Amino acid sequence: MGGSRAAGERLPGTWFRGRWLPWLLLAPQLLVIAVFFLWPTLRALRDAFYQGDAFGLSEEFVGLRHFAHTLGSAEYGHALLLTLAYALLTSALSLAGGFALAVAVEGLRSGRTLFRTLFLWPYALAPAISAALWVFLFRPQVGLGAGLLEHAGVHWNPALQAGQAQALVLATTVWQLLAYNFLFYGAALQSLPPSLLEAAALDGARGWRRVRDVIWPLLAPTTLFLVVTDLSFVLFDTFGLIDVLTQGGPDHATETLVYKLYEDAFRNFDQGAAAVQSLLLMLLVTGLGVLQLRLQRRRVPA
Amino acid sequence: MTFRIAMRRFTRAGLWLAAITLAVPAHAARVPIQFWHAMSGELGVEVQHLVDGFNASQDRYQVIAVNRGSYDQTMLAAIAAFRAGTPPDIVQVFDVGTATMMSARGATVPVYALMQQQKQPFATGLFIPAAASYYADAQGRLLSLPFNASTPVLYYNKAMLARAGVTPPTSWAQMGAAGTRLLATGATCGFSTGWPEWIQFEQFAAWNGLPYASADNGYQSFQGVHLLLQAPAFQKHLGDLAAWSRSGVFRYGGPESNALPLFINQTCAMYLDSSSSMAAIAGGARFPWGIAPMPHAASVPGAPQNSLTGGASLWVMARVPADHLPGIAAFLHYLMSAPVQAQWARATGYVPVTRGGYDALQASGYYRQNPGALVAVQELSNKPPLAWTRGLRLGYLPQLRQIQRNALEAVLAGKQTPAAALRQVVQQGDGLLQRFGETAGGER
Repeated sequence: MGGSRAAGERLPGTWFRGRWLPWLLLAPQLLVIAVFFLWPTLRALRDAFYQGDAFGLSEEFVGLRHFAHTLGSAEYGHALLLTLAYALLTSALSLAGGFALAVAVEGLRSGRTLFRTLFLWPYALAPAISAALWVFLFRPQVGLGAGLLEHAGVHWNPALQAGQAQALVLATTVWQLLAYNFLFYGAALQSLPPSLLEAAALDGARGWRRVRDVIWPLLAPTTLFLVVTDLSFVLFDTFGLIDVLTQGGPDHATETLVYKLYEDAFRNFDQGAAAVQSLLLMLLVTGLGVLQLRLQRRRVPA
Repeated sequence: MTFRIAMRRFTRAGLWLAAITLAVPAHAARVPIQFWHAMSGELGVEVQHLVDGFNASQDRYQVIAVNRGSYDQTMLAAIAAFRAGTPPDIVQVFDVGTATMMSARGATVPVYALMQQQKQPFATGLFIPAAASYYADAQGRLLSLPFNASTPVLYYNKAMLARAGVTPPTSWAQMGAAGTRLLATGATCGFSTGWPEWIQFEQFAAWNGLPYASADNGYQSFQGVHLLLQAPAFQKHLGDLAAWSRSGVFRYGGPESNALPLFINQTCAMYLDSSSSMAAIAGGARFPWGIAPMPHAASVPGAPQNSLTGGASLWVMARVPADHLPGIAAFLHYLMSAPVQAQWARATGYVPVTRGGYDALQASGYYRQNPGALVAVQELSNKPPLAWTRGLRLGYLPQLRQIQRNALEAVLAGKQTPAAALRQVVQQGDGLLQRFGETAGGER
């Protein structure tokens, strides 16, 4: 932090010694991190080793029991696999969809602004609101979408059919993420150096060839960023969506890690189990963050 | 000198201020009583009516009603506030949170003890037995005040039943037969159910006089309690539901009241749901409909017994300022009065929880004009509750419900047999109950 200056040397024109000024300026941010991140994390770490009642009147140290219980339960294993499949599938589908839409819209001669606005709308909705829309559309016997499906001969009842419930959650999540991915791909497409595209055009690269060999590789940093944000959206922000759509059912079919955590913490008041699950989820996402940094460094040499 | 003048002015102003603040309290300083509840929309407006009535009736206390969201959120908020040392005075907690509140000794003040201490007339006998027993300890003393009470009833479509030539079924066997007739006369679904785990497990047990868990459903002790859901009657019921689900007689519509539209749009001719859904059905149904008691299992001797009360009760939190206690007791006393009970029941569709409230409604001719509203009262008081049909006193009840709903869904989807599903329910549930027994206080 001191830069090339010797410690204790005053910066010209200030009253502060160079050593303290940076810390002073950092203090608000550090305070926020300590209060909203460090302290709760330490609390969760501690709670993971205790069994207590909801009111905090009594508790006892139980060692690794919550960890053993969580990791040993078939439900947690199921939720983990389900979450991985859900995260990978939604990210892949919404990335591909967002990219395709962005390329198509940027290639239009007119009406670009109109389509950009239309495709962005879902992003403006909170997950719970978009889930509520889909609930109305796909409520058996009542919804428009459900009517179309039944007309097509599908016996539509996501309250009972696991596959249908999963498809509904998947479709809603992809629909929501699509807008976000479209936005970033659209912006990235606009900032591509025209000289490269012109050079490619002169070399005869057109249509699909141009997209595959020139545009897609140039967008790799955007894709990497989107993969990580999509995955963390699916891992963290989808409990509201699932709560509105299926409440984790039928028979655990849509119970992802974050939804299970939400239920154990806020519905079942099971603090120990919830603390363990939040720590595990944090590890997962930290791993994801580290991976992103490494990949980014490899791609963009400093 | 200017300093001295300023000082004198300052002192004079201070004296005036002191005089004013000392003089005013006699009129303005009502003791504030925080009341956190989970009633939103129309129900929240009705709660505010009750509170306004109390505040206008006296000038010593000011009850401040605050809606804290859903039942889950309200309970969570009260727990968080208690841990932070600033609990509300009164909090509304739903039925399934009862054991958690009760096991947290030192977090609440038992209502019977508060009323005794504050010399307010109070006795368990003033309440409708099924409403009182859910919130009473093993000695029959009320730990919380029953507030909004409901119980499941059978809603039926009069036109569809008439077309099929059937009357509202009273037993599950009749339910199956009526459903078959309905399908034969053009209906696509015989019946559906709201709140599957509450109605098809908890209420099924009580209504048929079957124990749900050992130690009188946990009333005797929190320790060593296990579920008794593998009894033949539960196996048969689950098997029947699965068979009816395959044939179309029964259509599963998901948790809570998610299946209600199936009744409203005349897909299903009959629908089991809480009596408090009456307003929603009255608002949506464009056809003549009626209310009948839940069907019972004819093969179980003694059935029907009594249904359990659902809804919520009011808990008084511990560690609130001592000068709030007389006001809290006065407010609870006000809520118990017959006119308030009658007003609340009439406006919301909830069952009155005191005998006085019921008598007042009866005398005013309310039940003659709304015979459907009487069905819930009759179910709750069909017979005096047995030791194991007073209610459920089980920890982790929300989780137990979730386990049962998952089991029901697995059976209906054909993934598990009723026997295997119930074995799993008991195995997982007993694990939770054991864990609860380890942390909960021993004394009831």
